[in-house]
Amino acid sequence: MNIIANPGKLRGFERHIKVENVSRRSILKGLGITGAFVLAAPVMSRPALAYETGAGKMPHGVVVDPRVFVAIAPDGTVTIVAHRSEMGTGVRTSLPLIVAEEMEADWSRVHVQQAHGDEVKFGNQDTDGSRSTRHYLIPMRQIGASARAMLEAAAAKKWGVPVTEVKATNHEVVHSASGRHIGFGDLAADAAKEPVPSVGSLKLKDPKEFRYLGKGEVGIVDLRDITVGKARYGADVRLPGMKYAVIARPPVTGGKLVSFDGTAAMKISGVEKVMEVKGWPWPSKFQPLGGVAVIARNTGAAIKGRDAVKIVWDDGANAKYDSVAYRAELEEASRKPGLVVRKEGDADAALKSADKVIVGEYYLPHFAHVSMEPPTAVADVKGDKAEIWAPVQSPGGTREDVAKTLGIPEENVTVNVTLLGGGFGRKSKCDFALEAALLSKELGVPVKVQWTREDDVRHDFLHTVSVERIEAGLDKNGKVIAWRHRSVAPSIASTFAAGTVHQAPFELGMGLVDMPFEIANIQCENPEAAAHTRIGWFRSVSNIPRAFAVQSMVAEIAHATNKDQKDMLLELIGSARIVNLSSVKDLWNYGEPYDSYPIDTGRLRRVVELVAEKGNWGRSVPKGRGLGIAAHRSFVSYIATIVEVEVGEKGKLTVHQVDTAIDCGTYVNPERIQSQIEGTAIMGLSLAKYGEITFKNGRVQQGNFGDYQVIRIDEAPVVTNVYIVPPGPDTPPSGVGEPGLPPFAPALINAIFAATGKRIRTMPIGKQLEA
Amino acid sequence: MIKVKINGQEQTWDGDPDLPLLWYLRDEIGLTGTKFGCGQAFCGACTVMVDKEAVRACITSVNDVVGREVTTIEGLHPTGDHPVQKAWRQMNVPQCGFCQVGQIMQAAALLTENPKPTHDQIRTAMSGNICRCGCYQRIENAVHLASTGV
Repeated sequence: MNIIANPGKLRGFERHIKVENVSRRSILKGLGITGAFVLAAPVMSRPALAYETGAGKMPHGVVVDPRVFVAIAPDGTVTIVAHRSEMGTGVRTSLPLIVAEEMEADWSRVHVQQAHGDEVKFGNQDTDGSRSTRHYLIPMRQIGASARAMLEAAAAKKWGVPVTEVKATNHEVVHSASGRHIGFGDLAADAAKEPVPSVGSLKLKDPKEFRYLGKGEVGIVDLRDITVGKARYGADVRLPGMKYAVIARPPVTGGKLVSFDGTAAMKISGVEKVMEVKGWPWPSKFQPLGGVAVIARNTGAAIKGRDAVKIVWDDGANAKYDSVAYRAELEEASRKPGLVVRKEGDADAALKSADKVIVGEYYLPHFAHVSMEPPTAVADVKGDKAEIWAPVQSPGGTREDVAKTLGIPEENVTVNVTLLGGGFGRKSKCDFALEAALLSKELGVPVKVQWTREDDVRHDFLHTVSVERIEAGLDKNGKVIAWRHRSVAPSIASTFAAGTVHQAPFELGMGLVDMPFEIANIQCENPEAAAHTRIGWFRSVSNIPRAFAVQSMVAEIAHATNKDQKDMLLELIGSARIVNLSSVKDLWNYGEPYDSYPIDTGRLRRVVELVAEKGNWGRSVPKGRGLGIAAHRSFVSYIATIVEVEVGEKGKLTVHQVDTAIDCGTYVNPERIQSQIEGTAIMGLSLAKYGEITFKNGRVQQGNFGDYQVIRIDEAPVVTNVYIVPPGPDTPPSGVGEPGLPPFAPALINAIFAATGKRIRTMPIGKQLEA
Repeated sequence: MIKVKINGQEQTWDGDPDLPLLWYLRDEIGLTGTKFGCGQAFCGACTVMVDKEAVRACITSVNDVVGREVTTIEGLHPTGDHPVQKAWRQMNVPQCGFCQVGQIMQAAALLTENPKPTHDQIRTAMSGNICRCGCYQRIENAVHLASTGV
């Protein structure tokens, strides 16, 4: 048994265990080197910013220093550093936009520069957990406000007037009393000499004066480059003398290389070398799986060469992993008591005395991420120095891991972050960059490692596989008086620690123990489950199975009691209140303090009511169609979705309309929120319709988009409407990249039930509607 | 020695004639706009035009394009202002952007063949191009916009 205490959203356990010390040491070092004003965590003492986030507790915390993030050239060009990774959410635009807003820079004169991996300098760079805006809205505003104050101070000094008489506005500082004005470029040199103001002295702009924030009128900075083919992703990096590598990895997780014969491969035109790649024993965290690399003058030759290598593997301990048998194991475990992780009242007794008990057992398989850009990285290792170019969500973690893997100091490792062709959590794990580093070290030349799609599907850090079993007890009036939810799934922690059989608090906190319903007797349990492959974060993580089970059960109860789905949902959510979860040990709240980000059922009710109103819930639909609804809080945001589906001949699904309401607190770019919600509807439909990775004899049975299908445009929802709840003046920002996904599948499944009377409890839908 | 014509320029290749065009473009002559997504013509990320027809460069060999005109995203329009490219920017289509080059090349080929496609025709023609971020609603609207004048 191995329960990890409060690992947060862990990138590496060891990293979080030592985080306190690392952060303090690093910050001191940062001060020593740069002499800059470096802050461990944002200070939020002003009433208008009366919330705290978990940003300061992330590895290396937050750095608020305009001299790290902002540079002004004499021609007035303002360069703003984007220190988080761009994988499609728009963060590379949104965070610099916040700085530009506060410093009164003209966005058309702003150049965005991507930070390399250096968390001492930039603060935490882990782009995951839907937290970039949530953690950086205030720090970025402070950085912009600092820069503005320095520019204003420099102008006031130049003119010999009190600083209170000057004002930065649209890329210049103005002294309206005398009509004088001076551009940012002309002030740059003097402003740089001004002391960085203390955070407490900063005056942030009145949101009424915002030109960019909350408007959604600024396109992403890479828009043009993307449309002309100039946007640079990991695979687009080319270095002089670079070799191309493709690797054959052990087909079973934990397997290893016995021997190989590269004779035939060496005869293929363009192939230059066949060599072993070091692997680590399982569980191997983010370390390479090992195997045989084929080195060639281009990727095509390397792929062809790999097909020709003869390899003998030792399959190791997971050689019998079989998805059919494993599902039966999970189901059996879900029918027996497990580790109690939340208990209020006496659910066992209430279920025994209930007038009626409704049982739902829901199965969700492994998913692969399949970002459009398969994993890839370029490394150039020379002596005790390494330079990496890679599409990584965790530039700082990659730097640490490359240093550790090569046995060189972290200061000697440079990680250049390219654009990411999708991430979805896969690129939080840097094994592909480590492979490139190992090969470059051995070959003494720059090496690009390219994963094929088959490599990506077969050697992913998969989304877990789970059985979610819920029993709801009703009294004779149909009121739900008892709720028991058992969640059985191998934990992400198993990728870090052998023998892990329970889920970690950060997984339990994603829709299990934080279930918000107002029910007198609640029990949540986590029976044991051992992992037999690499489990990792997949966009929305455990919220996917939890929201699926909980929101399906709501509709099942509605059906059993002859109530409307939406009414049942609101009845279960109950009164508008802050949910008291004091009974949960090690409650994980997406890394955020509960005071700032409590479970507020008033906000959950509101998104349900908003989507019901805007999406015209209850409208009559033609025969063969149905409406379904689901709501879920995740990444401290609140979302509700309505799906209108048509089930045609042979179970053909047509999603005519999706309506989603989101309350993500204060927001930066509503246009990108809309695109994220449109995207999560597509991804939700992909997972619901097709998403399934299965194992037989320890091997993944799928390999490419032919047998691991995703939604194409001809089966996409016809229209997705998004409604954003306007934030209150002090509502903290919350997540956007992930929360849209969890409610989609249950809303769809509930709609299918409304259309056909068929209740689907096993994902994906596959052929279940054909009969 | 094979001679091929890419974006109007003659190029030579003295390696494996069966090398997929995708890797020739990306690794041998440095035209990295064309992307690798699956290697088996499932996803369309590698779409280029061969004599104005959209093809998947991952299953087309260098030898296959001898004597034909290959157009990649780099050669689609001299200033990057093909109506499809403009429509893509106007509709804010991309999220991560990785598949968009293939989508744009497919859309450009569609409009060459059928300048005024219906929404159904757009959905059919674009169904070979996968977008994992899920930009389909905007892709459909952008192709429509490009067909009606940007």
